[in-house]
Amino acid sequence: MRVLIAGMAWLLCGTALAIAPRSFEDPAQQRQFEALLPELRCLVCQNETLADSEAPLAEDLRREVAEMVRAGHGSADIKDFLVARYGDFVLYRPTVKPLTYALWFGPFALLLLGSGIWLALTRRNRRAGLGSPRLSEAEHQRARALLDGERGPNAP
Amino acid sequence: MIIEWGHFALVLAFLLALCQTVFPLWGAARNRPAWMAVAVPAAWGQLLFLALSYGVLTYAFVSHDFSVLYVAQNSNSTLPLIYRLTGVWGGHEGSILLWVLILSGWTVAVAASARQLPTAYAARVIGVMGAISVGFLAFILFTSNPFVRQFPVPVDGQDLNPLLQDPGMVIHPPMLYMGYVGFSVAFALAVAALLGGRLDATWARWSRPWTTAAWMFLTVGIALGSHWAYYELGWGGWWFWDPVENASFMPWLTGTALIHSLAVTEKRDGFKAWSVLLALTTFSLSLLGTFLVRSGVLTSVHAFATDPGRGLFILVFLTLVVGGSLMLYAWRAPRVRSLITFAPLSRESLLLANNVLLVVAAAAVLLGTLYPLAVDALGLGKLSVGPPYFNTVFVPLMLPLIVLMGLGPLVAWRQGRGGELARVALRIGLPALGLALLCLVVFGLGWRRYLLAVSLWLAFWTLGFSLYGIGQRLGRRGFSPRAWAQLPRGFYGMHLAHAGIALFMIGAGVVSALEAERVVRLAPGESTELAGYAFRLESVYPITGPNYTAEEALIVVSRAGREVARLTPQKRLYTVRRQAMTQTAFDAGMTRDLFAALGDPLPGGAWSVRVHYKPMVRWIWMGTALMALGGLLAITDRRYRLATARVRSTPMKGAVGA
Amino acid sequence: MMRFLLPLGAFLLLVALLYVGLGLNPREVPSPLVGRPAPAFVLPTLADPERRISEQDLAVAPVTLLNVWASWCAACVEEHPVLSAWVKRRGLPLVGLNYKDDSEQARAWLARFGNPFRDIAVDRDGRVGIDWGVYGVPETFVIDRAGIIRYKHIGPLTPQVIVEKLDPLIDALQQAGGAP
Repeated sequence: MRVLIAGMAWLLCGTALAIAPRSFEDPAQQRQFEALLPELRCLVCQNETLADSEAPLAEDLRREVAEMVRAGHGSADIKDFLVARYGDFVLYRPTVKPLTYALWFGPFALLLLGSGIWLALTRRNRRAGLGSPRLSEAEHQRARALLDGERGPNAP
Repeated sequence: MIIEWGHFALVLAFLLALCQTVFPLWGAARNRPAWMAVAVPAAWGQLLFLALSYGVLTYAFVSHDFSVLYVAQNSNSTLPLIYRLTGVWGGHEGSILLWVLILSGWTVAVAASARQLPTAYAARVIGVMGAISVGFLAFILFTSNPFVRQFPVPVDGQDLNPLLQDPGMVIHPPMLYMGYVGFSVAFALAVAALLGGRLDATWARWSRPWTTAAWMFLTVGIALGSHWAYYELGWGGWWFWDPVENASFMPWLTGTALIHSLAVTEKRDGFKAWSVLLALTTFSLSLLGTFLVRSGVLTSVHAFATDPGRGLFILVFLTLVVGGSLMLYAWRAPRVRSLITFAPLSRESLLLANNVLLVVAAAAVLLGTLYPLAVDALGLGKLSVGPPYFNTVFVPLMLPLIVLMGLGPLVAWRQGRGGELARVALRIGLPALGLALLCLVVFGLGWRRYLLAVSLWLAFWTLGFSLYGIGQRLGRRGFSPRAWAQLPRGFYGMHLAHAGIALFMIGAGVVSALEAERVVRLAPGESTELAGYAFRLESVYPITGPNYTAEEALIVVSRAGREVARLTPQKRLYTVRRQAMTQTAFDAGMTRDLFAALGDPLPGGAWSVRVHYKPMVRWIWMGTALMALGGLLAITDRRYRLATARVRSTPMKGAVGA
Repeated sequence: MMRFLLPLGAFLLLVALLYVGLGLNPREVPSPLVGRPAPAFVLPTLADPERRISEQDLAVAPVTLLNVWASWCAACVEEHPVLSAWVKRRGLPLVGLNYKDDSEQARAWLARFGNPFRDIAVDRDGRVGIDWGVYGVPETFVIDRAGIIRYKHIGPLTPQVIVEKLDPLIDALQQAGGAP
């Protein structure tokens, strides 16, 4: 089922900057606000953060977030507020919960797996026995002659 | 009528592609030289007709032929000529035609050097590339025909998307496609080798230049895309981990692993199964990227007009090509693999670690990109995975890789000398760390910038090791110009590419840690301050462009009272599509960029203005330019040309046919 | 031998996922409010700005519909005849939420296209819309007698959606909640 977002606001996405200036009395609040916006996803221009999107809804949501910041709410509260209304979709940083364990721990697990493979492959060599074969004097001479006469493809 | 000739040329190209696939592959299987000889002429023929077809489409654009639906959708009578030429690849149908044209070009390039390859092998390689052509041409002819006509002919076209009317757009897609498609050569070389049942150091040597060339183009393509997004979209961001950006980055990561794995296969006849699998994977990721952009499965700013029918076609094609090649791999790889011996500390082991890290990184990007889709497909809800996730996961994976990148070139094959390596590492690592901390202090950046400190440290580590490595090699022969010239280009290429990564890290680290931006309300005459620069809005006035009208602002930037730059950002209204667009203005510099973008008018004659300060951001693309340059140097290494000449003269055991 | 089949196996899983993905819509954001009580609000009505309407006015009948619309919304024009005919046919109470609109233009729009709404709440600045998780107009909510949101449809209503999703749900709710 194709969803039509009426008003075609999404056609404007990524093309114009209609972001209202906003300032805070408290620099800490300013920092909180500026750090929070890039973590939130715009629902209309779905490839932009709330910091960058110029969709009317994004402007409304920025206003809400700014009010909550001014009222002293923590970032976690503000995120909960938005998730309660729009779902997990609105967070660009997925919360760590059973549904996202595979996402957050997957790369680390893969790294462990890869390290295991690396160890296995390098250990195998140790058991297989290492060390270059010893050449006899005659073989040495022959090798030297060959190397000097023809620069083979394996020359450094 | 000429449009129909273009269409017909496309059909002929399709038929030739079929010939190019069926006859050589069958001929190689049955040892029929006449059939195998079809390969090269068929490849040339396909290129000829594709070029004709593409030329016709371009002509339709240039001559404003709006009876062609695709032209009407992507052009307009007021569109400047340059964008009519490049608008050909502005939409789905035209860009796919470009894709297949480039594929044909690469095929002919391979065909031209096919004399250096054994006959049956060359036939197989060209045949495999032909099979890919067949798939894409079928896709075009049956689902995405750019030559579809419409009657009645509209008076004017809908204009090219304004975002695409930009010099950066001119070259970014062709470079990307050169990269994506270029990896099909490595893919075909691998599949042909598997089919023939023979995979040796010679195969690796043939593959390396082609792989490096494709990698080079992909690097340039991704860098151009990043640069274009940076200055065109106005947010000052240069990488967003957008699904389509990720789709181009994954083959880059595995392609990098492939280049390094091929080094082991060439030098030591090892890592064969790895190299083959990486060659198959890299092109598969290219195809996956094509699917993701054109199927509507993921939301992306890059997505073309999406259509599940087209998506299904590409998915089936993807399944056949990749599934087929992986089945071949499962069947043949056990036969061709080799077991080489090497010590836990050796060039091989470090390159193996390099491979593991790059593949895990690519897998992590894939995981993050597809996770929302997987969760939705299982009916478990909708979630988003964005830059916060990718930055948290990807950066820690890369750091050990950079450490290895410095050490690797210094470690001997088979058995490295641990003690000596440790000494060199300390001699380079400690000063590098000191230099990094010194930078933090000298520029007043504070001790707490951990990630920045690590970025700088690793960048200096890399540069230090590169200089040391070059010095060490020269040291044996003296420092005369002749000694410099005698070192192989591949060696310089490697160090140049690694140095490029170092520059990239400096740029990315500094800009991420120290960038600043502000959105303010400015009336003419008012100014705002950012990072020691004063931005004053002088005036805002209307102007007219070829296919747009705009409000332009003059912003004067000064520092310590002296004028530094004059920026003229615009807010454009493209008349045909009635689409508003911001044209940012910036002052580029080696040490910093200054950005300004014009927002909306506010009450009282004021305007919303967004200003950015981006320190060292140019280093990001300087770094990628060096990487590409390094790749270019490596391709032109004499050893490849000499070695292939030798292949022709000396009979190689078992390399012919089979 | 087995491990050489692993890449193929992983790939086939990927293909299965992508195939399923072709049938999904990545842009659609389902509402977390389904199954929860309707968010509280107090808004003036369009007909009489002195009068107030709240979420409790949505919990009086076995089924109440809330339709989010605006005069500037193109798809609302498209949806309007379908919606009007349907609620008239089934005799369903329909409450409108006039979202970020100018009241004069909203009245003109209704005069032009017809007014199927029992009441219309005016959400001038969109705050109530945010509480209801509105992100695209039009949207339609189905609320039951207990004031719980049972379904949300995003985008214009089509006959297909009405037949496949909404009618069966409303039938079930009406049976549970007594005759209309």
